[in-house]
Amino acid sequence: MPPDEVVTHPGARAPERTRTVDAHGVRIAVHEWGDAGDPPLALAHGGFDFARTFDVFAPLLAEAGWRVVSWDQRGHGDSDHAALYSWEADVRDTVTVLDSLGRDPLPVVGHSKGGAVTLQLAASLPHRVSRLVNLDGLPSRRNWPDVPDHQRTKMLAGDLASWLDHRRGAAEAVRKPGTIDELAARRARMNPRLSREWLRYLVTVGARHDPDGWRWKIDPSLRLGGFGPWRPEWAMARLPGLTAPLLAVVGMQPEQMGWATPPVDVEISLPSGGRLELMDDVGHFVHIEQPRRVADLVLDFLGDPR
Amino acid sequence: MSAPAASPTVRVRHNRVELALHRLRGDDGAGGAGGAGAGRAGAGRALLHLHGLGERSPEAVPDRLASWPGPVWALDFTGHGASSLPAGGGYFCEVLMADTDAALAHLGAATIYGRGLGGYVALLIAGSRPDLVRGAVIDDGPGLTGGGTEPTTPFVLSQPLTTTGTPDPYALLELSQDVRPPDYASTYARQAATLSGLDVALAVSAVVRPPWLAAVAREPGARELSVAEALALFAAV
Repeated sequence: MPPDEVVTHPGARAPERTRTVDAHGVRIAVHEWGDAGDPPLALAHGGFDFARTFDVFAPLLAEAGWRVVSWDQRGHGDSDHAALYSWEADVRDTVTVLDSLGRDPLPVVGHSKGGAVTLQLAASLPHRVSRLVNLDGLPSRRNWPDVPDHQRTKMLAGDLASWLDHRRGAAEAVRKPGTIDELAARRARMNPRLSREWLRYLVTVGARHDPDGWRWKIDPSLRLGGFGPWRPEWAMARLPGLTAPLLAVVGMQPEQMGWATPPVDVEISLPSGGRLELMDDVGHFVHIEQPRRVADLVLDFLGDPR
Repeated sequence: MSAPAASPTVRVRHNRVELALHRLRGDDGAGGAGGAGAGRAGAGRALLHLHGLGERSPEAVPDRLASWPGPVWALDFTGHGASSLPAGGGYFCEVLMADTDAALAHLGAATIYGRGLGGYVALLIAGSRPDLVRGAVIDDGPGLTGGGTEPTTPFVLSQPLTTTGTPDPYALLELSQDVRPPDYASTYARQAATLSGLDVALAVSAVVRPPWLAAVAREPGARELSVAEALALFAAV
């Protein structure tokens, strides 16, 4: 096998420090950028992402004087693959990471599912969060197709049977190996607006190199999409009563991984003093498409670290 | 054919969890416990018992299920009884539904009896595997109510719970807070009714009626029946 190809990306920087925390028996990998003595800021990734998807964004915050602390959620990146996954468990794992930074409230930034999880954290443990930034992580409506009830019943039944079939095979599931280009091409289906160069870079930090090829590290038992009683409007119901000042950034270009949240849904639920920034020409991955612009918004909102 | 002398407990795998599936009453004439034909067809169909939140499977056929003519099995959910104990929680009812599906992969078609939380899970699996579930009975028991119809501000632990064995304290915490909107439950009842081909797919035997169960009881495919009536009805299917 040829030696591992080194793929670089302009502005991308590996974390300065990595460590693990024990979240009630699940080992969570923590990645830090910036001076260990700077004030900490927590940064949560989205579903099917991992901490090192912040390799460009996190250094921009670190250069402004923040100790940027991100972590791979259970089942993602270098963290343990768990037996069970839920948002409540992700909130609890987040608290374990925060506990490793002390007990003082700190700024928390979350993208997509990481935004929804940190919103739940801020609503349930307001004493832990000083300021909250949500990057395209405010689901307000179900994106169900408009079909008659009896058809929807059949459709949901099909989804449920398909999920159960997947669970029956999950114990033996392994991710499909491939070259860097093949994995980048597969990921492009989830990230159609991101450059191939960036996706190739992500393979080298989010996949492992087995003898038969590269494999994404994410737990093969995890599956995109979902069902269950959860409703997007429940997330929005946490907004108006938030204690921590809020900055919400919404990417207006619709894409598969996004929520397609209409701005009016956010506007009516904004807490007092909350800031909403709409980015017209940007998709769901606001901080990857426009790292400098989003970092400047966040830094301005957070103020001087010291 | 007589029942084999094998251990009455079978281990079935659900992803990283090993579940304990207990045979409470033999499997005579249905291919032998654990055999490929076990639990299929006519009077030999299995009844699968699902316990309530924090409970474990009974060691013998409970009195109220004694009238069932066929084999009786009981499943310990993830983190309960003799099933394995996962680290760090993350429970939700649909994953217990998939536990039940792992048992059905072993048993084939079955009638399901659920207590409390197990009754809610019986509804979910009846709606998701309408071809395998030949009637589900929902009875009183721990965890019948769940965490209400919409979320409250959740209590999030910052201190680890002390885990000394089953039942897993994370299961008790998380599955007593799980949200059960009535229209979500109705969807499963409708699926069970329209896709199973049964006139009555669900028997509501519980005295306590949280909103999700009241909604289920109003669906055309559900009947309010005593456990004995329900077992007689489903045995004849």
